[in-house]
Amino acid sequence: MTDQTPPKETPLLDVTALYKLFAVGKPAARFKRPVKEWLQAAGPSPKLHAVDNVNFTIARGETMGLVGESGCGKSTLVRLLTRLLDPTDGSIRLNGEEIGQMPAKGFGSSPYRPRVQMVFQDATDSLNPRYTAFDAIADPINRLKPMPSADLAKRVAELADLCGLPQALLSRFPHQLSGGQKARVGIARAIAVDPELLILDEPTAALDVSVQVVILQLLDDLKQRLGMSYLFVSHDLNVVRLLCDRVMVMYLGKIVEIGPADSVFRNPRHPYTQALLSAIPHFEPGAASARIRLGGEPRSPIDPSPNVCRFMGRCPKSIAQCETAMPHLRPMAPGHEASCHLAEPDADLVKVIA
Amino acid sequence: MSETWKHIRYVLTENPVTLFAFGLFGLLLICALFGPWLAPHDPLFTDAARALKPPSAQHWFGTDALGRDIFSRVLVATRLDLGIAFSAVILTFGIGAIAGIAAGYFGGWTDRVVGRIADTIMAFPLFVLAMGIVAALGNTVGNIVIATAIINMPLYARVARAEANIRRNAGFVEAARLSGNSEGRILFMHILPNILPILMVQCSLTMGYAILNAAGLSFIGLGIAPPTPEWGILVAEGAQYIISGEWWVALFPGLALMLAVFCFNLLGDGLRDMVDPRRRT
Repeated sequence: MTDQTPPKETPLLDVTALYKLFAVGKPAARFKRPVKEWLQAAGPSPKLHAVDNVNFTIARGETMGLVGESGCGKSTLVRLLTRLLDPTDGSIRLNGEEIGQMPAKGFGSSPYRPRVQMVFQDATDSLNPRYTAFDAIADPINRLKPMPSADLAKRVAELADLCGLPQALLSRFPHQLSGGQKARVGIARAIAVDPELLILDEPTAALDVSVQVVILQLLDDLKQRLGMSYLFVSHDLNVVRLLCDRVMVMYLGKIVEIGPADSVFRNPRHPYTQALLSAIPHFEPGAASARIRLGGEPRSPIDPSPNVCRFMGRCPKSIAQCETAMPHLRPMAPGHEASCHLAEPDADLVKVIA
Repeated sequence: MSETWKHIRYVLTENPVTLFAFGLFGLLLICALFGPWLAPHDPLFTDAARALKPPSAQHWFGTDALGRDIFSRVLVATRLDLGIAFSAVILTFGIGAIAGIAAGYFGGWTDRVVGRIADTIMAFPLFVLAMGIVAALGNTVGNIVIATAIINMPLYARVARAEANIRRNAGFVEAARLSGNSEGRILFMHILPNILPILMVQCSLTMGYAILNAAGLSFIGLGIAPPTPEWGILVAEGAQYIISGEWWVALFPGLALMLAVFCFNLLGDGLRDMVDPRRRT
């Protein structure tokens, strides 16, 4: 593990106070009510808080892990960062330059487009069935960094080699490729335009376990060679621990814990992280299974109360304060923050602050 | 390119029905292209002495009330009938498919406008609508093509809309956006190629329908004017002689019409297999 000194230079990605709210409630349902009631109800429609005041940075060459349950806003966050979706508020800075304010519609033709790329979760779904592997890899180059066809063929072959895809397979259509080969095509396409930030949305979730390892090794290898930063979204906590420098844990649109992977995994502070980590299966015989089972239902993400902890109702440790004040991220250990009233910072850290 | 030919040959040899349909299609094409030179008699030459003669070695399909050779007339009519159907299908494909894909992909207002236009057209009995259009615009080949194209438009628009709608949020569309494709490019270069096989089947089916429609309009006297040889008119002219026993006057043009429609209906599956790369092994 690297030293915990915070990066002095501008981080590659700097996200501050990022919000994405979706209006919910069907307009059709409103028409069914009496006109008077409809006029009264014409105020702001309820909002689903998908991403709620998210702040984090990713340094150059760093791998940041993003974990959280389904529906916690991971995908929305990823779509905001790849600029497929417009944020409601907040800023996304790439290398100090604001990219969050550009409308998503015009982002495709902006000079920033090649700099943030993504590897999709489902390789099969992310490859056009009518495009050969060659066409799929060449498409972003043709659109973003056009080059003569002789150079293009050379470049695609080079990318295929880099991703361990045999060049003979380049003329094949996706349905003629195996899962692992499709994943390699997806990765080759994503790195084709030399991105600085590569977002990996559960890149191995749809693969065989045997292939998963190979693809993860490939990703690690590519990072070393090309010097990209990764945002690694995953459900597989063991993989996150192995691959990521830092981890953030998301719950109902908020980051509840963020810090160096080692620190978070060794000493999780937020009850949700603790429950999540306790769910990692262990196979050592005789290992104590101290699995924390969460009861209850997650709180509704629609217009949540700003004064109640989002984890309230499922938290095994909640106290009265959790219902009256929203906990904020507080430093717990060097570079490690958690948002829980009950979390105790390290003793030496308290001394440093005091 | 040799790969494409190999694939086409594979599709044809694999399925004898497809081979038959394509053979029939080839025959129709030859008739359409070379009909006037192949015809043994002048289709317009009348000879009262030979009126209403049954099929014989000299007149394969017999002669009509004016002594014209029915075989020659059926043969020469192929070009006009296929020409009308082809133009109508190309026109509908162009307008209907593009409007439908745009409606399915963009949704919102585009979807509503295209959807309502399609609904309005479909609210009429289609053949009556075609009659109305031709009656209003006038009896010309161009207007028959337009009428046939209009009544087929909703079929394309709906199929294309549904297929584009399924794919608008597909991973490969998002990937195309990340690759810097504009919305128009995504529509034409990423979504359209995926829908093409389905539209090909639709094309082939509406070809048959377009032939029937053109012939139907002529049959009731709203299409091509006699004495131009056209299958619909030929059947109409022959219809009055069926009762008096001269069956051949109506039967042979009707048979030609039936074979053409049958051929295009069979052709659909084969065409889909040819343009869909997923069928390649």
